[in-house]
Amino acid sequence: MSILIQIIIYGLSLGMLYFLLSSGFSLIFGLMGVLNFAHGSMFMWGCYLGYILSLSTGSFLFGIIGAAVCIGVMGLVMEKWLIQPLRGNQLRQILLTFGLIYVLEELAKVIFGTRAYMQFPPEWLSGSAHIFSETVPQYRLFMIFAGVIVFLLMTLLLKKTKLGMIIRAGTDKPRMVQAIGINVARIFSITFALGCALAGLGGAIATPFLGAYPTIDMEQVFNAIAVVIIGGVGSFTGAFYASVILGFISYITSYFVPELSMASTLLAMLVVVMIRPNGLFGGKTSEN
Amino acid sequence: MDNITENILELHDVETFIGQYHILFGVNITVRKGSATVLLGRNGGGKTTTLETISGLRPPFAGTILLDGKDIAGLPAYEIIQSGVGYVPEDRDIFSDLTIEENLLISSRKGNDYDKRLELVFELFPDMKKYFKKKSRILSGGQAQMLSISRALINDNKLILIDEPSKGLAPILIRELIDRINIIKKDNTVLLVEQNWEMATSVGDYFYIVQDGMTVFECTKEELLADDTIKQKYLGV
Repeated sequence: MSILIQIIIYGLSLGMLYFLLSSGFSLIFGLMGVLNFAHGSMFMWGCYLGYILSLSTGSFLFGIIGAAVCIGVMGLVMEKWLIQPLRGNQLRQILLTFGLIYVLEELAKVIFGTRAYMQFPPEWLSGSAHIFSETVPQYRLFMIFAGVIVFLLMTLLLKKTKLGMIIRAGTDKPRMVQAIGINVARIFSITFALGCALAGLGGAIATPFLGAYPTIDMEQVFNAIAVVIIGGVGSFTGAFYASVILGFISYITSYFVPELSMASTLLAMLVVVMIRPNGLFGGKTSEN
Repeated sequence: MDNITENILELHDVETFIGQYHILFGVNITVRKGSATVLLGRNGGGKTTTLETISGLRPPFAGTILLDGKDIAGLPAYEIIQSGVGYVPEDRDIFSDLTIEENLLISSRKGNDYDKRLELVFELFPDMKKYFKKKSRILSGGQAQMLSISRALINDNKLILIDEPSKGLAPILIRELIDRINIIKKDNTVLLVEQNWEMATSVGDYFYIVQDGMTVFECTKEELLADDTIKQKYLGV
């Protein structure tokens, strides 16, 4: 019983971390067709900014919200000045975002050094909770809560607001969205900023769990790609379920066969691609 | 035809490239307010590219496009559409992951009387009301075409561009669509691309023949119907 609860809580919390990391990546790739390799860098900068803002203001919540806003603005600038001029040229966009990984990582090293910063959870999240007589860290429960809340809010945005409908329409047929009188460039900018903000939020929430250090970007961007491949391109719901599945697979493997932890993610990707090439929730291919 | 007094759209020597390919070499079209103008011609002649150029989806390389007297050549598609153009593409291009309601809602522009226009759409296409809350992917080909036209009708447009609405539809559905487009043209100016002879001649007032990227002939409906050589020479009918 205790192992089962441990697997559920730890697997779910890891899954929610993957979701916070990959949901923005999926959103951007689904709508804009931009494979943003620098998404992990946004996550890394979210880690640093969350840490600094929490420390300087004394408020953990301010830290994570502030990090999301700052990374969102960073994404807006990046889209406007770097991504937008290369629209329509996916190869150049890939090369650009790949190059940005190094730029943003080196910049982080210059400012923060190469050491890892460890952040303790705030007092109200640092204790333990008891679930069926099993003791679990409260911060793990917070990660699950945060992931579910982000999923619900984003689902609400995508399903119930005009912006969300346009994003869904654009994921399906971006050219036609222009033909109904919508400024696609503006929608792309908003979506890119939103996707980056989600990465920043994920990074800030992950810091008390993973820490903040320069190479975390490359480690995490691989997980984001895996989630999108498993969940299906352009499917936000797919990203959520794929994250949960990957979270469980990663935790169970690292619990029982730690040396296969990385291989298990690759294997999961391989199996899904063989059975469903468009991913678990991916529909027909979009215009992208 | 009394209300046909001025031109809503004028194309002068419009040239367009698709990638490196020169597709339009000189298209000259005049669409009179309140009329239904039809572009006829064989496949690959440049009719669809002409509509895409007018809508801004393919900016012209040369020439002028006057919409209500204002040159719109080179403006982004969304600005052209917002200035009062409805566009119904060749392949319908409905947003299949969205419901019919959502398709219409996101097509409705700022300042539009959505409820009033929706009533008009329901009156014209009752199926849109019937499946209003359903995902549009469940619609048949004919219903998808109706939704595509409804998206253009949800705004009070100066001009509606319709690209081959009969494509892929059964004859009975084509006849139904002819009736609907004839109702639409009473209150709207329409520029139609059509290869179906029955639809073209049932709907159109003025005709242009587009061949090898150029407008090579223009005539009224009466002239077209009276002269068989036009059909034989340009359309192979």
